[in-house]
Amino acid sequence: MSLLRHPNIDQPDLFYAELIAAQRDLSDEQADMMLSKLVLILCNHIGDRAVLSEAIALARSNTLPASD
Amino acid sequence: MLQTYTYPEYAYRASAEQRSGKLKCHPVVIIGAGPIGLTQALDLASRGVPVVVLDDNCTVSIGSRAVCYAKRTLEVWDRLGLAEEFVAKGVQWEIGKVFFRDQLTYTFNLLPEAEHKMPAMINYQQYHIEERLVQACEQANGVDLRWKHKVLALEQSSDCATLTVETPDGLFKLQAQWVIAADGAHSDTRRLIGADFSGQFFQDRFLIADVVLKEGSLGLPPGFGSRAERWFWFDPPFHRGQSVLLHKQADGVWRIDFQLGWDADPNEEKKPERVIPRIQAMLGPQVEFELEWVSVYQFACRRIDHFRHGRVLFAGDAAHQVSPFGARGANTGVQDTDNLGWKLKAVIEGQAPLALLDTYHEERAWAADDNIGHSTRATDFITPKSRAALRLRNAVLELARSEPLARPLVNSGRLSTPTPYVHSSLNTPDSALFAGSMCPGTACVDAPIERAGQPGWLLEQLGRGFVLLSFGPAAPVQVGGHVAQVLQVGRDVIDSKGLLQQRYDGQPGTLYLIRPDQHVAARWRQFDPEQVQAALGRALKLHTGA
Repeated sequence: MSLLRHPNIDQPDLFYAELIAAQRDLSDEQADMMLSKLVLILCNHIGDRAVLSEAIALARSNTLPASD
Repeated sequence: MLQTYTYPEYAYRASAEQRSGKLKCHPVVIIGAGPIGLTQALDLASRGVPVVVLDDNCTVSIGSRAVCYAKRTLEVWDRLGLAEEFVAKGVQWEIGKVFFRDQLTYTFNLLPEAEHKMPAMINYQQYHIEERLVQACEQANGVDLRWKHKVLALEQSSDCATLTVETPDGLFKLQAQWVIAADGAHSDTRRLIGADFSGQFFQDRFLIADVVLKEGSLGLPPGFGSRAERWFWFDPPFHRGQSVLLHKQADGVWRIDFQLGWDADPNEEKKPERVIPRIQAMLGPQVEFELEWVSVYQFACRRIDHFRHGRVLFAGDAAHQVSPFGARGANTGVQDTDNLGWKLKAVIEGQAPLALLDTYHEERAWAADDNIGHSTRATDFITPKSRAALRLRNAVLELARSEPLARPLVNSGRLSTPTPYVHSSLNTPDSALFAGSMCPGTACVDAPIERAGQPGWLLEQLGRGFVLLSFGPAAPVQVGGHVAQVLQVGRDVIDSKGLLQQRYDGQPGTLYLIRPDQHVAARWRQFDPEQVQAALGRALKLHTGA
C-alpha cells in the first residue's frame, strides 16, 4: 500500500476544529509537544514503514524551498 | 465618495390612524425596512396577509454591506418576481482563488449543477437590492411601508402587542397581532423585549473599501480581470500577516476587505491617508482609483435565545449574527422569512395552532447554529488564536499547493447553502429507500420542466400552498382548510430533460409532499391518501389522529 494523497477525512471542518480546540489552554511549548506526540501516535497507528517513509519525505520536500 | 450611487429619500407620510388617534390592530407589523423586513413584507403580502412595515429612517442601507447572494436566496426572491432582475444586474461568479503569501494555493469552483433557473451566487450591492424591494413593496397590494416611524416601546398581552411609535408628528400607538422584528444586529426590539443575545466576539477588525478603478487603467493586478472571481489572500506581500478578500460588484465597484488585527485603531484606519496606501500596495502605483466607501468593522457570532417571544418573532440579524466569511448574514435572513411567512399565515387564519410558529424557532435556530458553526470555523482558520494554530494553518496552506489531501481543510469561508431541517418535527421520516439528496426537511432542488408547451422550472410551480409532486396518479388531499394540490409529472408538467425524475429519484408512483416554502415534508413510493393526510397534518402541527 502506498501513501494516500487524496482527501480521506470525513467532515474535514469539524476534524480541523477539534484539532485546534485540543490546544486550548496549552502553552506554546505544550501545544508543540502535543502535536509532536500526535505525529508519533499516528505513525504508530499506520505502522507500515514504506508508507511512513513516503509521508516523511513528502512533508520534508513540501517544506524545503523549491530547488529550481 | 459614492459616485456610482445616489441614495433615494423616501417621503414620510402621516398615517390615517395617527391623524385620527384611533387605535388600530394590524395582523402583522414588521419593524425594519432592510432586506429581511422588506422580503418578509412581500412574502406575506403575496400570501394574502396585509402588513405594515415601520422604519426609523427614510432611505436604504448606507455604504458597503451585504455583497453575495446565494442560489436559495435568489429562489425566494424569484417567487416574489425580483430575482431575474437581480441576476441580470448583479455579477455572477463561480470560481474562487485562495493565495498564501505570493502563491496560488488552491482554486475552487462552486460547480453549480446545470439546469437550475438561478445561478450559484451573485454579487450585488445591498442598497440596490433594498431599493428594488422598496419599489416592489410600493407596488404590492397589502404592504403599508412607513418611513420615519421609530418604535419606542412595546407591550404585550396574550393576543396582541401594542407599539408606541414616534414620527415627525409626535407619538402614537398601534397594535399588532404579530410583530416581526427585522431591525438588525443592534435590534432595539430585542433590547425592549430583553431577549438574551449571546455568543462569541472576535478580537479582530476589518477594513471595508469600495473602490472604482479609473477607466482605461492599465497594468491591473491579477484578480481585477473582467471575469468575476472571489479572491482571498492569506498573508499577501501587499498586506503582511493579515488576510484580504476581493469581490467584484455591479457598476464596476470592487469590494476589498482588509483584515487589520485587534490593535488597529478604527478611527485612524478609516482615514483616506491610511486607506489609500493600503489599496495602492495591492493595485500597484500605476493604477488610478477612487474610493467609494470606507468603514471598519468587527464582528461576533451569536444568536437570540428564542426566535419567538410571545407575539414578537425575530428574523435576520436581529436573531443571529455571523462573521462575514461565507456570506451567511443576509442569505440566512432571507431564509428566515421563507420559513416564517407561510406558518404565520396559517396561524393568523386559524388554520394551524401556535405550535406551528414554534417550529419557526426549531428550524431556524437549527439553521442559525449551523451557520454560526461554519462562520466561526472559517474565522478561526483565517485568524488563528495561538502560535500552534497559526503553524497548522500555514502548514495546510503550504501543503494544499501540491497536495489534494490538504485542500478540504483550507477555509476562507464556506459559502452559504440552505441548512436542511433534517430533524424537524414537521418531517415525516422516510419509510422507503430513496437515492439522491431530497430527504424530508430539504429545500427542493430546481429542474427544468415544460408546462402547457412552455419551458419553465419546477420551483416556479411550488411555493404557494402545499403541493403533491407525483410521478404517478394521485388526488388532492385535504386536512382542515388546507388542500395539497397535485402536480403530476407527465400530466401537469413535462419532465423535458429527465432531470426531475433523476433529481427526485422519481420512480413511477413516487410522491413528494412539498411545503409552501418549497421544502420536502414527506415522500413515498406510492400514493396512499391516509399517509399523505397524516403527513400534511404533521407538517402543520395539526393532530388529526391519523
